[in-house]
Parts: sequence; C-alpha cells; structure tokens
Amino acid sequence: MSCWATVQEYAFRSLGFGERLLPRDDFTLCQQVTLIGSGMIWNVYFGVVALLFGFFLATAVALGKASSNVVLRKMAEWFIFIFRGSPLFIQFFFAYFAFLSLKQVSDVFDALPSAWLGALIVLFLNTAAYSGEIFYGALLSVPKGDMEAADAYGISGWPRFRKITWPTMLRLAWPAYTNEAIFLFHSTTLVFFSGFPAWQQRGDALYYASYFADKTFNPFVPYPILAGYFILVTLIIIGVFGAVNRRLNRHLPVASRPRFRFRPTLLR
Amino acid sequence: MCYLTTGKHMAFYASFGTVLLLLAITAPVALGFGFAAAMAARARFAPLSWLGKGYIAIVRGVPDIAFFLFFVIALDQFFEWIRHEVKCPDWDQPIRQGSDFVVCQAAKLPLGNAAQWVHETYGFLLAVLTFSIVFGAFAGNVLFGAMRAVPRGQLETAEAYGMNHRQSFWRILVPQMWVYALPGLSNLWMVLIKATPLLFLLGVEDIVYWAKELGGSKTARFTDYPHGDWRMWYFAALLVFYLVFTWVSEKVLSRVMARLTLGQATTGGEAQRKAA
Repeated sequence: MSCWATVQEYAFRSLGFGERLLPRDDFTLCQQVTLIGSGMIWNVYFGVVALLFGFFLATAVALGKASSNVVLRKMAEWFIFIFRGSPLFIQFFFAYFAFLSLKQVSDVFDALPSAWLGALIVLFLNTAAYSGEIFYGALLSVPKGDMEAADAYGISGWPRFRKITWPTMLRLAWPAYTNEAIFLFHSTTLVFFSGFPAWQQRGDALYYASYFADKTFNPFVPYPILAGYFILVTLIIIGVFGAVNRRLNRHLPVASRPRFRFRPTLLR
Repeated sequence: MCYLTTGKHMAFYASFGTVLLLLAITAPVALGFGFAAAMAARARFAPLSWLGKGYIAIVRGVPDIAFFLFFVIALDQFFEWIRHEVKCPDWDQPIRQGSDFVVCQAAKLPLGNAAQWVHETYGFLLAVLTFSIVFGAFAGNVLFGAMRAVPRGQLETAEAYGMNHRQSFWRILVPQMWVYALPGLSNLWMVLIKATPLLFLLGVEDIVYWAKELGGSKTARFTDYPHGDWRMWYFAALLVFYLVFTWVSEKVLSRVMARLTLGQATTGGEAQRKAA
C-alpha cells in the first residue's frame, strides 16, 4: 500500500471518515505520521475553540477580580482559585463523572459526557481562569499616567475602558497570554486519558501515539512524531500571536515593546 | 462508618501517602538535576555546555504528558537492555524482533518471579525518576535564568578580590541567585503538586486509581456496602485535597507579590497607596 493511499484512508480517521479499522500489524512510518496527524485535528479543535471563548470569559473574570464590588471579586477569585489550584487531570475526571450523573437526570444533558462538548467546557473554563489571572495582573500594571491622561481628557466609564484600559491591558498581557495559549494546546492531550472515552477509537494525537507505542513496544517512533507535530503547532501559535503583538504595540518604538519569551509553565 | 474503614479505603488513604512521598523525593532530586544542568549550561567547556542547554531545551515545546509516557517505557527498556548486555553476553538474537522487545530471563526487571511489592516499588521508582528528569529540566531553566540575573558587578568584584571561577561561583553567585530563582521555583512547586495525578498514567496505584475503583457501582454480591456510581464524589474529594494543598502555597505567593507591588507607579501600587 502506497503512502498516499494510507493518507487517503487515515487522514480523517479521528473524525470517523475513511478506513474503520486501525492498522494492527506491519506498522509503517507513513501510517504513524498520518494517524497521529489526524489526531491533531482534535487537539487543534479543542485548543482553538476553548481559547476563543475563553478569551472573553477571561476578560470578564479579570475585571471581576479587579472590581470594587465584594461579591463580584470573591466570585472571580474563587473561580480562578478552583481551576488554577487543582490539576486539570482531576478536573477532567470530576467533570466527566459529574456530566454522567447529570445525563441521568435529564435528556437535555445527553451530549455532555462526550469529549467534543464535555472536555471542551472544562478546557474553556480552565483557560478562562488561567488567562483571567494573567489579564488581572496586566490590569494592575496599566500605567498610572495613562489613566490620569484619560481623566484629563474627560474620558471615563465605558469609553475609557474600551479605548485605553483594555488595549493597554492586552498589550501588557500578550507575551504571557501567548505562553498560556501554547500550554492550553499541550494540555489538550490529557482529554482522552482522563475518563472521556474515545468513541470508535476517534482520539487525539496522543491517543494514537500511545496506541502505536503499546502495539509496537517502541516509544521511539510515535512520540517523536507527536513531538514534531506539537513543535509545529507551537511555532504557528508564536507566529500568529506575534503578529497580534506587533499590531497591539504598533504605536510604540520597537525597543520598548514587551517581548514574548517562551516560559515553560507546563502542566496544569 | 465501617464503610470508610474497609481494607480498600485504607489503601486509598495510603495512596495519599504515596503522593506525598513522590513529592518529598522528587522535589530535591529534581532540584539537584536542575542545578547540575544549570551548572553544565554555564560551563566554559563547550560540549558540556551544549549538554546542559540541550537537556534544558529538549523538554520544552512538547506536551509533558507525552514525556511521561515516553520516559517510563524508554527508561524501563534502557535498564533491561543494560542488564541484558551484562548478564547475557552470549545471547545471539536481536533485542528488537519486529514489534517485540526481547531480553533474556535474567535481565527482566523486576525478575519475573519477584513479589508483588517489588513490582509496585519498581514502578514507583521509575515514576520518581521520570518526574525528576522532567522537572529537573524545568528547574534547570529557572536556575540558569537566576544565575544570569545576578548583577555582573557582583562577579566582577569577586574577580577583583582575586577569587577564581570556582570560588566566585560557590561563594558569590550561588548564595545570591536564590532570590531570583524563588518565584520560578515556587511556581514549579505548584506545578509539581498538580502533576502528581499523572502517576495514574504511569501505572502506579495512586489516588486516581483508587478513586475510580472505589467510586464505581458496587452490587451486594461483591461487597457488604452496595452503592451506585459515586465516582463523582470521590473525585470531588480529590479536587478538595489538591485545592487545600495549593491554598497554602497560594497564600505565601500573594504575600510576596504584595511586597513586590508596593510603591510601584502602577494601578496596583496606586490602589495599595490609597488603601493605606
């Protein structure tokens, strides 16, 4: 079987298209690259969607934590504490079994225990908590002079937030937020190892990588392939977020722009 | 009450001890690895410096869970291969036969006829080693940065006093770098706490294993205490355990943060000034 035929059969295997059976013996390098790449679709889906929705909740959480209203502040603080203080792995397990019991209550919750929704909700809340903390830190670092200048121009309330506080906050938070995005993508690999079942063996990249490692007793091929894919994703994220960073800082001289530095915070 | 003191529950409680033991062993070992890596990365002998930098760099950019899965199998096979080379020199078949990894009986680790607890301890030690290698690289990164953060002037002064490279490293650089390393290391400690559930993936019977085991539905045929699916509650208990664990560290960190913000010309510093 040629490599192209393998690609055609397995490229969308993780979504349920193409060949139903996973390869069982005579594993070729091409099969491993294709299937693990196919699994990456799930990682990218979880990462992109969670990041997109998480961004807005994170802004709200950061504002809540910085607000002078005690109720809002406590709520935001507890939200951040619960999701940052416990391992994502345990959160996945807890959420999965909680969703299972919810499902028995009503048919409305039928979709919750499946990975595409349930795990996405957990990741969304998790990234909102982590980025909320980053945004909160940036919110506190907004230069005093900027706010005073806004006051002097008579800008206040919503326009001040929209035109001055928020862009400055994003500008300051962006390097840290880039790291958060990278590690969100990395933590998507936990999904299928934590209760959420891979229905009909439609799993993510790590699911297929460990499948090959189990079958071949040889971790030295599938895991480096997986690593290669993730380094690729990391580089893409750095590229995209770097472009946004340049746009956010376009009014500043190059030397005074906050730089992105890759900081491994790792595991959640 | 009797339900909470069954033999399996006792094993569940003991597994909390496993987690604490893992933390107690891994933290110093990883710090040692990290220190060695940072020292190597600073070395003037180029290959040693590459080795240190390579070790620090290789664990970044890849999901660490993949590393955990990779290292456990790789280390296990590595040990068995070494023992195989030593104990069975006249073995003529290749070790990798297609998709099988074959070593002679005497080289099996642990030995096929070993007791159950030996298998468990071996698995646990393998996990500790894996954790130490991965977290050693992170700690190395933090310490390497901290060593570079110590002001140049301090080292130049040491040289001016006639200290050689070794003396200025141990007497000037190392005592001062901890101040710069502390934020990164405390962060790493939090990460390490939260990494402990991964023991489950490494095949150790840890708290996640027992929570799944004990929480599942039990019928009256197999146990005196039949119940439905309680796994949600067991995992809620684990969640609380970790939250309490990190709570203390969180408190300490926020104290330090408050000290650092004090007097800064930022919104945070301004809020503190107004509150005072």
